[in-house]
Amino acid sequence: MNMTNVEMNRLRWSCRRGLLENELVLERFLHAHAASLEGERLAAFRTLLDYSDDELWSLVSGRRECGDPALGEVVELLRNC
Amino acid sequence: MAVARRNFDAVVVGAGGAGLRASLQLAEAGLSVAVLSKVFPTRSHTVAAQGGIGAALGNMGEDSWLWHMYDTVKGSDWLGDQDAIEFMVREAPKLVYELEHFGMPFDRNENGTVYQRPFGGHSQNFGERPVQRSCCAADRTGHAMLHTLYQRNVRARTQFFVEWMALDLVRDAKGEVLGVTALEMETGEVMVLHARATLFATGGAGRIFSSTTNAFICTGDGLGMAARVGIPLEDMEFWQFHPTGVAGAGVLITEGVRGEGGYLLNKGGERFMERYAPNLKDLASRDVVSRAMATEIKEGRGAGPHGDYLLLKLDHLGPEVIDKRLPGIREIAKKFADVDPVKDPIPVVPTVHYMMGGIPTNYRGEVVVPQGGDPEAVVPRFYAAGECACASVHGANRLGTNSLTDLLVFGKAAAESMIKFLQENPGHKDLPKDAAERTQARLARLDGQKNGESVAEVGMEIRRTMQAHCGVFRFPDMLAKGVKKIREIADRATRTQVKDKSRVFNTARVEALELDNLIEAARASMVSAEARRESRGAHDRADHHSRDDANWLKHTLWYKDGDRLEYKPVHMKPLTARSIEPKVRTY
Repeated sequence: MNMTNVEMNRLRWSCRRGLLENELVLERFLHAHAASLEGERLAAFRTLLDYSDDELWSLVSGRRECGDPALGEVVELLRNC
Repeated sequence: MAVARRNFDAVVVGAGGAGLRASLQLAEAGLSVAVLSKVFPTRSHTVAAQGGIGAALGNMGEDSWLWHMYDTVKGSDWLGDQDAIEFMVREAPKLVYELEHFGMPFDRNENGTVYQRPFGGHSQNFGERPVQRSCCAADRTGHAMLHTLYQRNVRARTQFFVEWMALDLVRDAKGEVLGVTALEMETGEVMVLHARATLFATGGAGRIFSSTTNAFICTGDGLGMAARVGIPLEDMEFWQFHPTGVAGAGVLITEGVRGEGGYLLNKGGERFMERYAPNLKDLASRDVVSRAMATEIKEGRGAGPHGDYLLLKLDHLGPEVIDKRLPGIREIAKKFADVDPVKDPIPVVPTVHYMMGGIPTNYRGEVVVPQGGDPEAVVPRFYAAGECACASVHGANRLGTNSLTDLLVFGKAAAESMIKFLQENPGHKDLPKDAAERTQARLARLDGQKNGESVAEVGMEIRRTMQAHCGVFRFPDMLAKGVKKIREIADRATRTQVKDKSRVFNTARVEALELDNLIEAARASMVSAEARRESRGAHDRADHHSRDDANWLKHTLWYKDGDRLEYKPVHMKPLTARSIEPKVRTY
């Protein structure tokens, strides 16, 4: 089931970060993949949003590899955004 | 309509470094403290600070607060207030040790002391030779500091109001500040947070420029709220720029790229720095390169569909050199400029990253305004700290690493002033009946607006106008036109409209309310810059190349009402040290 407007707004607001680099990537991710965000992919995305800005940017920029296989797909999508 | 109300001893708006340092002090003093933040506290923009905390610990060689003071005054191009600067540099070591005791993971020397990194502009013996003064935690000092302070606040039982946006200051007929109105995003409801003392730690307003390193939350909310209740904004013409941010994105491209042999081109493919700096070319100092870039854009030689950026070429270095010596650059260029620098040049533009001006305060963090002949009368119960405040320790240009020092020192100082005031003034003052009137009128206007302006378009116009007319190098004709344009945009900003009228988590509404703050910061900056006919620190004018101490050694105060400007003297007298007299600023 697709997210409601309110749920989408909440998710968008969680993409407001302290680090501009992350915000720009997350903005593009939502632009490209919002429609297909559900189930495990949505859960993985939410988990990544709970990471600190520093951890998130390390993953997105490829400075660090993702140890959690459940997050691998979304990390890869973020890297390609 | 009745508006819900909650009472606190202290309300802190903003949960970055300054807000968290202040709230910790207040909560540990046993006061009831509410901290409002648009985002979760550890997502505040303080996380982006990499450089470190400037403090004369002397762990790496001899150092003295007097030398740190000299470097800060010189960095400020003598516009910094020397009493506030002395206060900051003397307090700084104590605040660093406090943070160490809070568990901040500082880098260490072999003997266990805090390691200090070298940083431009910091010197031993009044400019004689460089000194290592920056206390850091690898390249994530801001991140570590924010997490440390947040944990301490949880321990001290600070109450956080997360995803709450403060909307307006509540002032009574006497001008005393009695709290704020705020929007709870989750419900869309407005509440009055009635406070015995209110602190703004709302950060900068870098989002008024199209090219900025600032995060999306840096919309100058505190500045807008202060301006709307008649409090002036100080020295808003002073913005610090970096020459090479990725055009349209703001992400920085390190100066190392030019160091390794990369160079800048205009739209005709000309290596234009050869004309401006025949010897050093692209390795000339930051201000020379930025000024040349601005001149190329102004004279129609910028690249791109709007002619508003230059090109940083490095393909001639070859992929091996780029990958080996400039790690991460290829990734950033691909991600944020959509070019692979191995083949194509990176579009770049001088990029804003720090606001020196803000809400006028003294070194105790009390907000001060001219009143009855006193240029600095205290606004009772109102305090400000961090980037949103102008104490002024940064003057016309901030010395690297002093932003984190500022957050810690003035966050704590403001809290100490509040604690003292609250001890001497028990009880809440009555709220005026119309406490929420301004906010309700704003929301009613927004909700009822028909045939209005798009928030996104007006925001874009603000950013484009600021970048083109009030950028790193300023031309008198552009500034004059810029003032006219920004006033027209301000008029449009009074008619913004949002299609979504819902209450619950309506982010479009929040963005419209942020725009009301952005436009005040933009107008203040443009009008103040147009009026200041000299070049000083980060304010660089094509028609007045030098600093003019005879006429302009003074702080600007901009008032929203009629774009009125006043000026007030710079504090040349430190607290105890000898005054540092103005001289030519060379490095």
